[in-house]
Amino acid sequence: MFEYAPAPESRSVVDLKPSYGLFIDGKFVDPADGGSFKSINPASEEVLAEIAEGGAQDVDRAVRAARKAYDKVWGPMPGRDRAKYLFRIARIIQERSRELAVLESLDNGKPIKESRDVDLPLVAAHFFYYAGWADKLEYAGFGRRPTSQHSGAYPQPLGVAAQVIPWNFPLLMLAWKIAPALAAGNTVVLKPAETTPLTALLFAEICQQADLPAGVVNIVTGAGETGRALVEHADVDKVAFTGSTDVGRAIARAVAGSRKKLTLELGGKAANIVFDDAPVDQAVEGIVNGIFFNQGHVCCAGSRLLVQESVAEQVLESLKRRMAQLRLGDPLDKNTDIGAINSAAQLSRIRELTEAGAAEGAQQWSPPCELPERGFWFAPTIFTGVTQAHRIAREEIFGPVLSVLTFRTPAEAVEKANNTPYGLSAGIWTEKGSRILWTADRLRAGVVWANTFNKFDPTSPFGGYKESGYGREGGRHGLEAYLNV
Amino acid sequence: MTATATSARSDLSELGRSETALRTFLHGLPGVDQVGAEQRAAQLGTRSIKTTAKAEAIDLAIRMVDLTTLEGADTPGKVRALAAKALRPDPADPSCPHVGAVCVYPSMVPYVAEVLRGSGVHLASVATSFPSGQAPLEIKLADTRAAVEAGADEIDMVINRGAFLAGRYAEVYDEIVATKEACGSADAGRQGRPRAHLKVILETGELATYDNVRRASWLAMLAGADFIKTSTGKVPVAATLPVTLVMLEAVRDFRAATGRQVGVKPAGGIKTTKDAIKYLVMVNETVGPDWLHPDWFRFGASSLLNDLLMQRTKLTTGVYAGPDYFTLD
Repeated sequence: MFEYAPAPESRSVVDLKPSYGLFIDGKFVDPADGGSFKSINPASEEVLAEIAEGGAQDVDRAVRAARKAYDKVWGPMPGRDRAKYLFRIARIIQERSRELAVLESLDNGKPIKESRDVDLPLVAAHFFYYAGWADKLEYAGFGRRPTSQHSGAYPQPLGVAAQVIPWNFPLLMLAWKIAPALAAGNTVVLKPAETTPLTALLFAEICQQADLPAGVVNIVTGAGETGRALVEHADVDKVAFTGSTDVGRAIARAVAGSRKKLTLELGGKAANIVFDDAPVDQAVEGIVNGIFFNQGHVCCAGSRLLVQESVAEQVLESLKRRMAQLRLGDPLDKNTDIGAINSAAQLSRIRELTEAGAAEGAQQWSPPCELPERGFWFAPTIFTGVTQAHRIAREEIFGPVLSVLTFRTPAEAVEKANNTPYGLSAGIWTEKGSRILWTADRLRAGVVWANTFNKFDPTSPFGGYKESGYGREGGRHGLEAYLNV
Repeated sequence: MTATATSARSDLSELGRSETALRTFLHGLPGVDQVGAEQRAAQLGTRSIKTTAKAEAIDLAIRMVDLTTLEGADTPGKVRALAAKALRPDPADPSCPHVGAVCVYPSMVPYVAEVLRGSGVHLASVATSFPSGQAPLEIKLADTRAAVEAGADEIDMVINRGAFLAGRYAEVYDEIVATKEACGSADAGRQGRPRAHLKVILETGELATYDNVRRASWLAMLAGADFIKTSTGKVPVAATLPVTLVMLEAVRDFRAATGRQVGVKPAGGIKTTKDAIKYLVMVNETVGPDWLHPDWFRFGASSLLNDLLMQRTKLTTGVYAGPDYFTLD
């Protein structure tokens, strides 16, 4: 046997403070009512830091700071100057990427190889990409007409953006929100998730390091109530949310009838369709990547495998063999493939749904896999014998759990793939180009990957159909949400 | 975890009887998606192998080296020196294992055989008009017999790439079958001596696509190859991680289908310990521990050995020794 010795990434690169305040108007400040909560390492349950809990008063202070910065500094600033700040931020992120990656893995539980090789490169890429747009907005395809009180020959920003992001890709979701907003000339108040606030706070330090004018970026930490105060604040012009469909609905109701512009990126239950002529070994890699990447805490995860019945046995056999190679454990070990579940609450949600899957008669399988004693863990799991009627085929599990269904014909594959209230992403595996095009045309999903999965790029728009939300992030399209067009 | 087939073992021995059957079978194998295969190979290359795992990997890699010299300028003196190094790669450290085999041209086999006799180090010889394979079949077979007669117990043959690329699969198949016979025919008169093992070089750099690599791998295995090997080392593109991945998947699937295990040998361009470890990780996670043995996996290399020895010394002593402390043979 070839046993890999532990290869832990050093934590010493991260300088954690015992407590963090709110980042408002360029400074870290204490919350008005002095509330706080703890952020823990989900792999060990160790407390990482004490985090300020922002209340309505703090949110108001942050929105006023953002308004002032928008009116006085950032709104009037020429695009080429805004670009310089964004390029500077992108470069600092690259320079401090190891520190950010280690901190992300500590706070979120994701394996260091993913925060190092996926999250951080994409974060920097998003800032670089949108920095490039800042002085070219009139060429973004939304016209050159003056449309706001700041008259000029450019598409105009909206004003103050309230942004609420999830815990699955803390820093990457921050980049998806902040980079286009700032490039378009808006200022922002961002609320990170309560289980993963640390990289956003380190990002606030990076804003200081980049000499970003005070009030352009404000970070208010807290839980659901803080988020509610932010999206309901009367002086906010734009609300952007990524998270669960339930919260998305509540936000849509809260902003209904107001002037606020809204984009939502919500849940998913993506179909990953494997046809009988698929490149099997690569399809298996794609299935594994689709559902086990980031412990399945991915809104666009390929959580429903639709495999053609004639090759189902062969594909499942290969999939099981491959799953036996997945290494679960310490997120900071460079050889870890599956890290920790982000929170106790998420772990109990995953358990509840998998228990429902087993109770409804689907067959559950996991490779032999030792779970650490402390922390929140769930072994990579597949369910076979799943039908469209099972809860595990309909509800988003948001964990390392794959539901396997079979189909007989391409038409049936499309029908089953679309038979969900969600429509965020889908995957197609076949060696036949014409079948890729035929299928992609018929899938109601915002992103369709062919012979690959979970590929992200700042130049490519991302967003949902149906209850997966509306609006697009990324690419030229992502600017629209932050411009008055 | 090892590859196991739930389906019954298949008898594929009849396929070679007809060009049509061979073609239908080879073109019916699942395709290889180039982007996906290269991405998987790159991903395996990011494994971090340290301390005890690294020490274990280095010793295993040394035991897997086919120490090779294939030059027009090879002389008895040169190959004797190489064989001596194969036996004792690190004269300063008796705990250092010997390599897997020495690989030379047929004319050099007798000189190497004298040195290696009884040592456990195998003697491989390239044959069949290496490296191009562009000679009449009788000459290729005579080449093979001569090498076996002279003492080679492993034959590294080249396939007829021209015939393969022209779609004449049966011709390639028949040549491999004939060469395998030639490997064994020398045994007839000598008792107790096993036939020479046959390694079939696909020359993947000339086959160009991964689909071709997968088909050629199956073709060679169906015809009786004991090992499949990537390259001669004589064309610009030699062994790569993705090509080796596709070949490993082929031997894994072949064993699942037929029950027979076939070895894999990447050759050419593997120069550093870091590279060698990437290959071992790939073997470990693609086909499993059954292949992590010199009987089933080899490196065709020459300069790799000294880098392995340097890293080995670094691990045992804590300091890097200069290249002058390692023998150049």
